[in-house]
Amino acid sequence: MLGVISCMKTGRKSELPNAELALEDPEVRLRNSALAARGITKAFPGVVANDRVDFEVLKGEVHALLGENGSGKTTLCKILTGFHQPDEGQIYANGKPTRFPTPASAFEAGIFMVHQNFSLVGPLSVAENVVLGWTQTRNWRFDKRKVEEQVFAAAKKFDMSIDPRATVSTLSVGEKQKVELLKALYRGAKTLILDEPTTVLTPQEAKQLFASLRRMAEEGEAVIFISHKLDEVSEVCDHVSVLNQGRPAGMANLREQRVDAQSLAKLMVGRDIHLRRKETTGLKPDAGIVLEIRNLNSVDSNGSAKLKNISLTVREGEILGIAGIAGNGQRAFAEAIAGLHLYGGGEIRVKGAALSSGNVRRSIEAGVAYVPQDRLGTGLAPGMTISENISLKSYRSVTHSVGPILRKKAIRDDTCRLLAEFDIKGQESSLVRQLSGGNAQKVLLARELTSDPNLIVVATPTRGLDVSATETVRDLLAQAAVRGAAIVLISEDLGEILDLADRIAVICAGEIQGIVDAEGAEIDAIGMMMLGKGSKENDSAAA
Amino acid sequence: MLPLELRFERRLETAPWLGPSLPILAIFVALFIGALILWTTGRDPATGYSDIFQAAFTKPGALTATALSATPLVFTGLTAALAFRIGIWNIGGDGQLMIGALAAATSGVALGHLGAWISIPAMIVAGAAGGALWGLIPAYFRARSGTSEVLTTLMLNYLAPLLLGYLIFSSKSWWRDLTSPGAKVFPQAKTIPFDTFWPVWGADIAIPFGFVLGIFMAVLMQIVLRTTKYGFEVLVTADSPLAGNYAGIRTKRVFITVFLLSAALAGIGGASQIGDFTYRLEPRTLQFAAYGYTGIAVAALARYNPIAVVVAAFFIGGLVNANLSLQGPELPLGLLGVIQGLILLFVAASEISARYRVVARYKSRPPIQ
Repeated sequence: MLGVISCMKTGRKSELPNAELALEDPEVRLRNSALAARGITKAFPGVVANDRVDFEVLKGEVHALLGENGSGKTTLCKILTGFHQPDEGQIYANGKPTRFPTPASAFEAGIFMVHQNFSLVGPLSVAENVVLGWTQTRNWRFDKRKVEEQVFAAAKKFDMSIDPRATVSTLSVGEKQKVELLKALYRGAKTLILDEPTTVLTPQEAKQLFASLRRMAEEGEAVIFISHKLDEVSEVCDHVSVLNQGRPAGMANLREQRVDAQSLAKLMVGRDIHLRRKETTGLKPDAGIVLEIRNLNSVDSNGSAKLKNISLTVREGEILGIAGIAGNGQRAFAEAIAGLHLYGGGEIRVKGAALSSGNVRRSIEAGVAYVPQDRLGTGLAPGMTISENISLKSYRSVTHSVGPILRKKAIRDDTCRLLAEFDIKGQESSLVRQLSGGNAQKVLLARELTSDPNLIVVATPTRGLDVSATETVRDLLAQAAVRGAAIVLISEDLGEILDLADRIAVICAGEIQGIVDAEGAEIDAIGMMMLGKGSKENDSAAA
Repeated sequence: MLPLELRFERRLETAPWLGPSLPILAIFVALFIGALILWTTGRDPATGYSDIFQAAFTKPGALTATALSATPLVFTGLTAALAFRIGIWNIGGDGQLMIGALAAATSGVALGHLGAWISIPAMIVAGAAGGALWGLIPAYFRARSGTSEVLTTLMLNYLAPLLLGYLIFSSKSWWRDLTSPGAKVFPQAKTIPFDTFWPVWGADIAIPFGFVLGIFMAVLMQIVLRTTKYGFEVLVTADSPLAGNYAGIRTKRVFITVFLLSAALAGIGGASQIGDFTYRLEPRTLQFAAYGYTGIAVAALARYNPIAVVVAAFFIGGLVNANLSLQGPELPLGLLGVIQGLILLFVAASEISARYRVVARYKSRPPIQ
């Protein structure tokens, strides 16, 4: 059954009025489709990843595939590209039944997937990367010039500005993505699948990508756009199909119907959620300073600067967002505060007490809680139980040990209390490795928040979490701020920072480019600062 | 070709009964293949195995001999079990045991006149210190410059017997016995005084003190790992050093102390060789016994669990003992070595089956059009 009908079953039809019935007819859509699936079921041991999924993308259409983590998006795409074989169901290419026994056979049918991590060769040029493994000539000599011209022409056709001679390793992430797209287009891709393409991009780069995608659609390409960012989906896509726990939860024509982010989110999780700026702030006018950083500098082992002269303050109940593109010193900054990173110069004080460079225990004793980006492996010991992970820091304290002996019963009791309090699905003795991403993050937060910290440093706290877990994590952080903790929120997701933060500091190349109030912040200005092109004025109100 | 497809598939969850039962299953598979070998070489597998079993466990005096063979393996097994658990590939149990034996013999000879209550504990402490000292060298280089301890401990395994051989055979050192009549025929080390011989318990089945000490160490290790702050730090560091650093555990210190403790256990094994068995330093015996390497196999058989190490050491000790007492034209040494090797091979291989399973399924055929 098609998505529209499944909407009807769940009584959501009224929210998605059907304007153009002819195109919504499953048979018509199937006949016009570039790539389609009917009744796809795929089970893995213990989980049904796809349950009778219908899906199709038309020629000249950008079609969003929306769903929470674990909703079966990836499995569906792997079936469509020949990585997996469906247990049941049929794939159609150009409206005709077909099979893709191998990835190569899907590729021959013009289906190309752009993954999140690129497969590019750094030292080679853009043009060389595009034709790598696809040199359509029997000539022993590689005609570089000709290839460069071809690649340039292809880029121009799709409105992509890129120098075919540039070395790939010197390109930005956004440009590398263009190379991946060109690779697909040059090889005659008719259907492109993009797996969460904007997670690594700045707002400007994302805009350019959207423009390129629209151009491709105009040229008759079919584009499948996997995402869980609702606003971009409504910005760039013609159609959206929503998956919920392996089942098609609905489909909407975004061009004909006015569908807003709220109702899409509702389809994804099957209930109302709020995606709007927090109403409460823990920040009071007379709040004291918790975190004070002065002239923080650090260099890496090669002698190049990682952090440059960072000075900022965070007050009680305040959430300071650190915005920036991944890999611009966020990690070193967070680890400097947590005592994991050795810094050369500068001073970090928490409630007046100076931290010492590379001294984790000093930071913990000063009341610094740290939720690292790398949850399993750094923030949690994955092969140990929940209760062992809960006591990862507190095992030294008098509540959890007497002399050299652990108080195992006290640890177990505290863990059971936290499991209930934070609604973690798992036993006190279950291994953290076996938990879902959301539950693992809750274990980490439970430990860090119950230590009653003065300062909480969180790095990309909702990355990879589904919508409902994201909501919980954000609520927990907002509550901690209301209770008076100062929070440093490091995130690549600008939307998250805008939702939660009181002020936003933008970091680029280890340097704070500027600090602005979140209320009324201009996204374009922040985006420019993320690229290091913004004004360097440091908001004096920050101090 | 069969339309069957065999694939390794990662187990999503390991059933709790699987871990302990796999080594036992592996032993049975090895014994079955061993039976085939016995059979093809013209021997009756049933009598062959019953001979081995009797020689190892049921003949008069067999259990005593087995316990004696098992004692050094308990210690070197614990050495490997502790170090490997945290990702330290200390394969230097052999050398550490020898230096431990040297240190214990030194203390036994020097302090023997003070009586058993002082000299025996002194031998144990000296053995542990000697082993730890031999472990300090690779531990230092690993911590300082990341030198692979596989190479350094292995090389020190070659160095230790050369040092012992030099002291006893090639020099007129303090350790060499230059007075007794036997020593004039063949060079040998000084014997420790009779008072310092380690006690033996039981009449029919004599259990050497070292074996009891080994059991005590295994239990102690399990208790320390499970109930103390230090043990918790070790387990966290073993699971994820990054998480350890993050939690404020001084993981470098944990690595070094575990390395030294693991080496010290091998050193106590060396002390027990002197106190329980040879009563003087026997460089050749220690060198050919290769207790350190067998200890690694014992630890693997026990899946790095200290209590299981004792059981595994007893089992392998039985085979070693049977090996020594049965060798002859009927059951050549090589054949028993083959069976022992098969057991270790299958036990090592069975570790993979704990994490993967073999899936057989019919190849999907294209549908009939």
